[in-house]
Amino acid sequence: MRAAHFCASCGKVQPPQPADYFSFFGLPLKLTLDVTALEKDFYELSRRLHPDLSARASTREQEWSLEQSSLLNDAYRTLRDPIKRTQYLLRLEGVELEEQSKAATEQARATGEVKKQIVPPDLLEEVFELNMQLEELKMNKQVGDDDPSLVGEISKHKVALEAKYEQLLQELQSYWKEWDAAIDRNPAESAVAERTQIIGKMVDVLNRRNYIRNLVRDVNAALEE
Amino acid sequence: MSTEYIVGIDLGTTNSLVAFMQGDTPVVIPGDDGSNLVPSVVALDENSQPVIGNSARKFLIETPERAVYSIKRLMGRGVEDIQEELKLFPFRVAEDLQPGEVLRIKLGGKTFTPPEISALILRQLKRNAERYFGAPVMKAVITVPAYFNDAQRQATKDAGRIAGLEVLRLVNEPTAASLAYGLDKKQNGIIAVYDLGGGTFDISILKLHDGIFEVIATNGDTHLGGDDIDNLLITIALDDIRGDLDLDLRRNAEAVQAIRKAVIEAKIALSSQPSVKLDIDLPGGKRYQREISREQFEQLIQPIIDRTVGPCKQALKDANLKPEQIDEVVLVGGSTRIPKVRALVKEMFQREPHVDLNPDEVVALGAAVQANILGGGSEATQNMLLLDVTPLSLGIEVAGGVTDKIILRNSTIPASATQFYTTQIDGQANVAIHVLQGERELAKDCRSLARFDLKGIPPMAAGIPRVEVKFLIDANGILHVSAREQRSGKEADIQVQPSYGLTDDQVESMILDSFDNAEEDFRRRQVIEARNETATILAALEKAKKSPAWAHLTSDERKRIAKMEKALIEVNKEDDYQAIRKAIDALNQCTMRLAELMMDTAVSSALKGKTMDETDLGEGPTAPHPMAKAEFK
Repeated sequence: MRAAHFCASCGKVQPPQPADYFSFFGLPLKLTLDVTALEKDFYELSRRLHPDLSARASTREQEWSLEQSSLLNDAYRTLRDPIKRTQYLLRLEGVELEEQSKAATEQARATGEVKKQIVPPDLLEEVFELNMQLEELKMNKQVGDDDPSLVGEISKHKVALEAKYEQLLQELQSYWKEWDAAIDRNPAESAVAERTQIIGKMVDVLNRRNYIRNLVRDVNAALEE
Repeated sequence: MSTEYIVGIDLGTTNSLVAFMQGDTPVVIPGDDGSNLVPSVVALDENSQPVIGNSARKFLIETPERAVYSIKRLMGRGVEDIQEELKLFPFRVAEDLQPGEVLRIKLGGKTFTPPEISALILRQLKRNAERYFGAPVMKAVITVPAYFNDAQRQATKDAGRIAGLEVLRLVNEPTAASLAYGLDKKQNGIIAVYDLGGGTFDISILKLHDGIFEVIATNGDTHLGGDDIDNLLITIALDDIRGDLDLDLRRNAEAVQAIRKAVIEAKIALSSQPSVKLDIDLPGGKRYQREISREQFEQLIQPIIDRTVGPCKQALKDANLKPEQIDEVVLVGGSTRIPKVRALVKEMFQREPHVDLNPDEVVALGAAVQANILGGGSEATQNMLLLDVTPLSLGIEVAGGVTDKIILRNSTIPASATQFYTTQIDGQANVAIHVLQGERELAKDCRSLARFDLKGIPPMAAGIPRVEVKFLIDANGILHVSAREQRSGKEADIQVQPSYGLTDDQVESMILDSFDNAEEDFRRRQVIEARNETATILAALEKAKKSPAWAHLTSDERKRIAKMEKALIEVNKEDDYQAIRKAIDALNQCTMRLAELMMDTAVSSALKGKTMDETDLGEGPTAPHPMAKAEFK
């Protein structure tokens, strides 16, 4: 059910209920989403919740309008992006991916250590080779050498990684289907074990994806120097 | 019952305008000199009375220390930021400025903060609107460059308040322009607004559909505009003069302003002529003459206009669009009249830009549309809604001097983010937070917005308190912060030290006309103006009585005129400005034939509301502009 944004009889904006982004839009906690329908809902709700439209209303209504529309914008921004949507759901389920990552980064900065990154097993060989090539590139640059074939090799690895990156999104979407099916079968909180397993798979995909993204970024930086 | 008027104001670097929605169409309200544009020039005369707009321009040349222009460049900025500006503009910073104090500049023996100077311009616009409506104006929508940061926006809002206006909304200039465009065209599609004004550059990409104006991405440069072109030309002229005539005029304020006036005229002329000749009288009887071709001009300004390319590319990238996906490019700002700028835009977006709308007025017209929407809307605007974005990422400084971005640029506003903080020491009662705006990694490379002290955290062991801090960017693009310690539920007290702004108390003390007296002040002003009109018309009538046309009137007509004249003189002694105006109208009515007769006898008429020969009356406001007849209830 959509959270009661408006009074049923007079239509005025109501104070925001503590709600999650999914129920704000009247959506179930499922990961597959019709983005076009979401956009349509977003515009419709914007027309009614935007502060511009309550500029002449009471101060209290204006405050609620401000809160509701910022919630609307935050919710829309999060739900329409596949990765943000996944991360958000994981957070609702108690998995704080970003906070964990940030905490690790801060700790690394504080101690001066390099942040520990776990290399995804299926990429071990590729990453190992790539790191060696990047080292070689760095050394070449220091002595002023230019090795186009080396650059070519590195670029090939990069392209392969980027393809893997795309592939991971598809893998993630297959886990969405599993999650949604689990919700359909058993909406109750009790099916914990099954959900936990699916959550685990999604976390794993996101971590691998992040790793690749960071690596590609480092490669791009090295190639540009 | 009086209608409440909400106006739209374009507070520009070079020119300012006020507009409102008349039925289905936005219109610009002229000043008392009949001109739509009010130059953003402020001067203080010998009696320390403010002079705004066209009349202030002569001060720039004759007594430059009594005048200031392009004050928008200083809004929301600290003295450390404006060092470049100080080299190029004759801003005189107050000598006794303390570190961390709000910027103050010297003007005619006094000092003012930039919001106070902007407030004088706003007050002039307010008065122009009030004269036009014949009613008080207390509410306005004011536009700001899309790329203005939080401090610059706050400064603009403060200026409004000081001028006695409740600023209902700050609207981004390109978005406002798109409203004027969209109202006009009523078409769906993706538009890019390229806004190159006197001091700022903005590029915004919007999606228009079914009355919704949704900004997808925005970018810009708040120190890039026509002023930079002018300064380049001034520098070249000064160098020329030093070389050719062995005369160093860089410190001669009057000469620099005379040169500035000349190069601006030349720049404008070169948009329609292939070449132009500078011819300036210099002190000491010398003269500077130089011919500039449009080609030379274009070469000179190329590096300046090239600076608009980067932001355009970034905006397209952020919007995830290619130039060919843009349906229309709308040009805004006087500088877009330069042919080279249009050529650059055409090349970047691979289409002819839309030049139908007046680039000087379109922002004010759009602000009027937004003012109408906020006021409840009319038939024309009932389906219109603006969804704008914040132009800069909002971040918090964390360990290591790094910025942690919590709201990303181009997020639709209102937008919010929540962060959790805790304490390092047992019993720690305060937590310090440094908020920044910008895209860079390091805090020192971003703009410092404010430092917050969360006070009153209940005493607990280190690491136990969980303070939830909510950052909210409202529809004006301005940041609000609230905080709550979760375990105790206590609202933490937030002390805001805005990095470059005024505190609420400071703004209160600067308000020009207090709100309580606004109605009274307005009424008194109306009485003064009505009485001035009475003086004008009575003097004109005296002159008319001596003219041959007077003899051509019937004795009945003359009796009627005498009667109306007597009535006007009587009512003029009272305070009822509406009654005075009615009496003026009545006298006008019965002297119409006399006026016609006088025209026929080739004597210029003053009885139809035109200004009399000024030397007879001395200084005073001119009669109301014939086109802008005040409305009365």
